Amino acid sequence: MSAETELLRAEGLTKVFGRGKDAVRAVDGVDLALAQGEITALVGQSGSGKSTLGRLLLRLLDPDGGRITFGGKDVTVSRRAARRDYWREVQAVFQDPYAAFHQYRKVGSTLSAALRLLPDESAASRKARVAASLEAVGLDPAETIAKLPHELSGGQRQRAMIARALMLQPRLLIADEATSMLDASARVTVLNLLADLRDERGMSVLFVTHDLGQAYYLADRILVMHRGRIVESGAAEQVVAEPEHDYTRSLLADVPKLHRTG
Amino acid sequence: MTLARINDLAAHYTAGDTNHHALDGVSLDIAPGQILGVVGESGCGKSTMASVLSLNPGPSLRITSGTMTIDGTEVDLADTESHRRLRGGTVALLPQGALNALNPTRRVGALAYDILAAGDKRIKRAEAMERTASRLEALDLPPRVLRSYPHQLSGGMRQRVVTALATLRNPRLLVADEPSSALDVSSQRLLVDLLRRLVSDGLVDGIVFITHDVALLSELADRIAVMYAGRVVEEAPSRALVDEPHHPYSQALLASVLVPEPGTRGRRVTGIPGSPPDLKVPIAGCPFAPRCDHALEVCEQVRPPRNAADARVDACWKNAETEEALHVG
Repeated sequence: MSAETELLRAEGLTKVFGRGKDAVRAVDGVDLALAQGEITALVGQSGSGKSTLGRLLLRLLDPDGGRITFGGKDVTVSRRAARRDYWREVQAVFQDPYAAFHQYRKVGSTLSAALRLLPDESAASRKARVAASLEAVGLDPAETIAKLPHELSGGQRQRAMIARALMLQPRLLIADEATSMLDASARVTVLNLLADLRDERGMSVLFVTHDLGQAYYLADRILVMHRGRIVESGAAEQVVAEPEHDYTRSLLADVPKLHRTG
Repeated sequence: MTLARINDLAAHYTAGDTNHHALDGVSLDIAPGQILGVVGESGCGKSTMASVLSLNPGPSLRITSGTMTIDGTEVDLADTESHRRLRGGTVALLPQGALNALNPTRRVGALAYDILAAGDKRIKRAEAMERTASRLEALDLPPRVLRSYPHQLSGGMRQRVVTALATLRNPRLLVADEPSSALDVSSQRLLVDLLRRLVSDGLVDGIVFITHDVALLSELADRIAVMYAGRVVEEAPSRALVDEPHHPYSQALLASVLVPEPGTRGRRVTGIPGSPPDLKVPIAGCPFAPRCDHALEVCEQVRPPRNAADARVDACWKNAETEEALHVG
């Protein structure tokens, strides 16, 4: 990857939970690089360490070893103001769109709370920013901001969560199982939205999932994680068509196929 | 021959002045030795159907019409007291979130004894343990599991323990309500193999497997029923349904499945525009009509007929005999 397109790089990233003989190396010496304007899928089963890796990259957890650079700058131990700057550039969407909202607050108020990360703005320009990003995810702004979270469907809630992240115009979006709780048809609309954000705004996405089907549909590159390590990485088509690692092969074999061959 | 049959089942939940019509004329047949898959998206009524079929309906559910027979016995849907006799022995439920279904403060053996004693009060503890141990063995679990607490078992073992407990009294029918949705693909694969084995070994006579994952059903089930807005819109042998869905909703649902099959990348899947109907208002015509590309005028107004042919059924005006459609329209 050339230096101009590289957005984030992690080297030897390690996180250990517990100590002594109970120590679990949840993330074990991970090297990875994310390119500007690319969607990278991080695939692994439960307990593979993919969410911990996502949290390390989000700077929600401190690593026990290794370093993270973002846009050429070391962000491994950033604190307070520096970390807040980082969060303007790197935003997250998590699995449960219900848990991410305050249930008694209107959607508009949850969204504008995220604007505290930005320098002070007039109320009018805040409002415009909320409306523009709701429009970008295909929701009617006037209707949506006045609603309570339970008045939205699962797919709409998750799109509103992406709108919240978009207001800050991040360069990287980390989506941790963001579509796992959605129905198949709603899931497709969220995946398409992520692909459009890449194509139209050049946004990078790290898409963390256990579902190879979604990873293959959406991502340009796939990283396969197993027991805290990245065991395979490559272009999506190549990883699925010619998997090199045994673990990737067994993961692919376990995915239910819609049309049986033969 | 049928193992279980529900016919024209309608039921609603009541909250204040509003009724939520969860089931609207559902009919299903389960043949012995078969796995029937029921697929549908959130809120389509599939869990409500599972609760009725497994004789565990919630207290706020009102059943307004329908009949049900299981293993030759007519079940009185209104008399929930009579269900107690059939639960566990005739019908058993494998619940959603099976991993949290075990009491964390009790050993597996004690749970098993309670289940067996519910069927036969005079059962000896030693006999209960023996029967449980042999069932655990059939599911590749060591006898030490009897003395284990749930937290001492891995996720996969707990899944098998819950399955062993649910089938301990050799129910004729096992109703599995989304047992796989919290599992990753590798554990899902194990569960699918396990359920197939329960049927082929004759430990249960039939399984109804409820899920939102149609790809999983295409590998597990003999037949698949597709539910939408409280109705079964199509029911067919799995392969026929997957390869050639007849109902527009089944077609749309299958089109939004994403599978990692090489060479299919780059196509854009569109999903289904719009959202499912509000079930607080009774629906006269076809509930899918507002989102359907093929909708005719008649679809909004008149309930579609059941078109049955070649061992499959669908409820769509487009597939009805044209003459009839014109006549009604």
